[in-house]
Amino acid sequence: MAAPESYPDDLRYHPEHDWARVEGDEATLGITWFAQDALGELVHYEAPDVGTTVSKDASYGEVESVKAVSDIVAPLSGEVLEVNQKVVDEPEVVNEDPYGGGWLIRIRMSDPGEVGGLLDAEAYRAHVAEQ
Amino acid sequence: MQKRFPRARSVNGARVALVERTLLRTPLYERHVALGARVVPFAGYEMPVQYAGVSEEHRAVRGDCGVFDVSHMGELHVDGPTAQVFLQEMLSNDVDRLEDGGAQYTLLTNERGGIVDDLIVYRFGRGVFLLVVNASNRGAVYGWLKEREPRGTEVRDASDEYALLAVQGPRSLERLGLPDAPAFTHEMGELAGIEVMICRTGYTGEKGVELCCAEGDAPALWDAVLSRGATPCGLGARDTLRLEMCYPLHGNDITPETDAISAELGWACALDTEFTGVAELRRIKGEGPARCLVPFVMEERAVPRQGMPIEGGGEVTSGTHSPMLDRGIGMGYVPAASAAPDTELVVDVRGKARRARVVKKPIYRKES
Repeated sequence: MAAPESYPDDLRYHPEHDWARVEGDEATLGITWFAQDALGELVHYEAPDVGTTVSKDASYGEVESVKAVSDIVAPLSGEVLEVNQKVVDEPEVVNEDPYGGGWLIRIRMSDPGEVGGLLDAEAYRAHVAEQ
Repeated sequence: MQKRFPRARSVNGARVALVERTLLRTPLYERHVALGARVVPFAGYEMPVQYAGVSEEHRAVRGDCGVFDVSHMGELHVDGPTAQVFLQEMLSNDVDRLEDGGAQYTLLTNERGGIVDDLIVYRFGRGVFLLVVNASNRGAVYGWLKEREPRGTEVRDASDEYALLAVQGPRSLERLGLPDAPAFTHEMGELAGIEVMICRTGYTGEKGVELCCAEGDAPALWDAVLSRGATPCGLGARDTLRLEMCYPLHGNDITPETDAISAELGWACALDTEFTGVAELRRIKGEGPARCLVPFVMEERAVPRQGMPIEGGGEVTSGTHSPMLDRGIGMGYVPAASAAPDTELVVDVRGKARRARVVKKPIYRKES
């Protein structure tokens, strides 16, 4: 079942519809409700390898629905600590719970200063309203 | 870079030209919007690609009953004392074998044996035929036939006068209150007080009907079908359902550049009759085609897509994720030596080699 639209206040957002939950020097990343809704039911998650690095604004993987494939853009730079294997096995978890069980990777940030450049929930909601 | 969230993309992966023109709407457009459908441009129409979700709609058709608005498809009347002879010369299958109330899958071929369109011809009586053609080829088919129309035959494009609903699934007849009937037959009937042509045809591999009615009756017919418990289904599910059955999609798997024999559609070509391109098709059949259209399933987690190379000189022409098998499936042209079931293929999925295996048709079988 698809989740209702939401953009939690405790997350930071990238305008390309990716979110980050920052905890210390680590961050958990995923795609927003808007992104999963635009794609439809996900059927494939092409994840990066643990230990590789991701760069802010660059693609680190792909999510694919029946209809379309999309790059996943990193909202922050860092080293991949963990990949959500649950989503690799059952990609539809992203549709059901985009901010919880549907997280995509966890990283150690290489430049925590990048967080300040992301949108807060209010700014991201305004951005989505313009789409 | 992949395009981000390409909303205005057709379901089969074909690129939609961004042209400055008004898209057409079927008589059910308001119904689709009211049901919350995601609407996309397809073959010049604003069509529903999904309502609740592709997989859910797909399963409704495999398990119960779904309804598709396919009013964008074209309907051409071909009538007159010479119509049958004319259609026999134009179409690959044997029109002479059609009886009144019969329907036949057939191809409109060019001089090279290439496929201008695949279509269904319905016979109503002596010299009275209806052709239901692909939406994107409506103009091409009409133009092709009109240009060659002989004395004593009239070809008329009546697409705007009709709406077409496909009601498909194991419980579709029960839900509509219709008796069973042989596939590829049709009759006039009534449903909820609306006059309909009931066709025992479809594009899903399930039991079901296609209902053709007057354009103005379409909303009432749609409402009646929904009230009997059919799940509204979009073009997304239509594509995944047809691909599980290995039904080719014109523009993807078959085109004017691909011949009927290589496309494994020889069964729809009566090579003992005379029609456009038959000599070339006889030659290809005699020599054996160089490439064949084969169904395959992915052996690794990956979704094949139209245009992806297949190692050894092949190409994916249709690909998707099968809701029933929960794996990537597709069709594509491969060298004849790689066409036998069980042959291992390697698909280039955006630079990554992914293993696939040629299978027998259909890709999905109910019993399995």
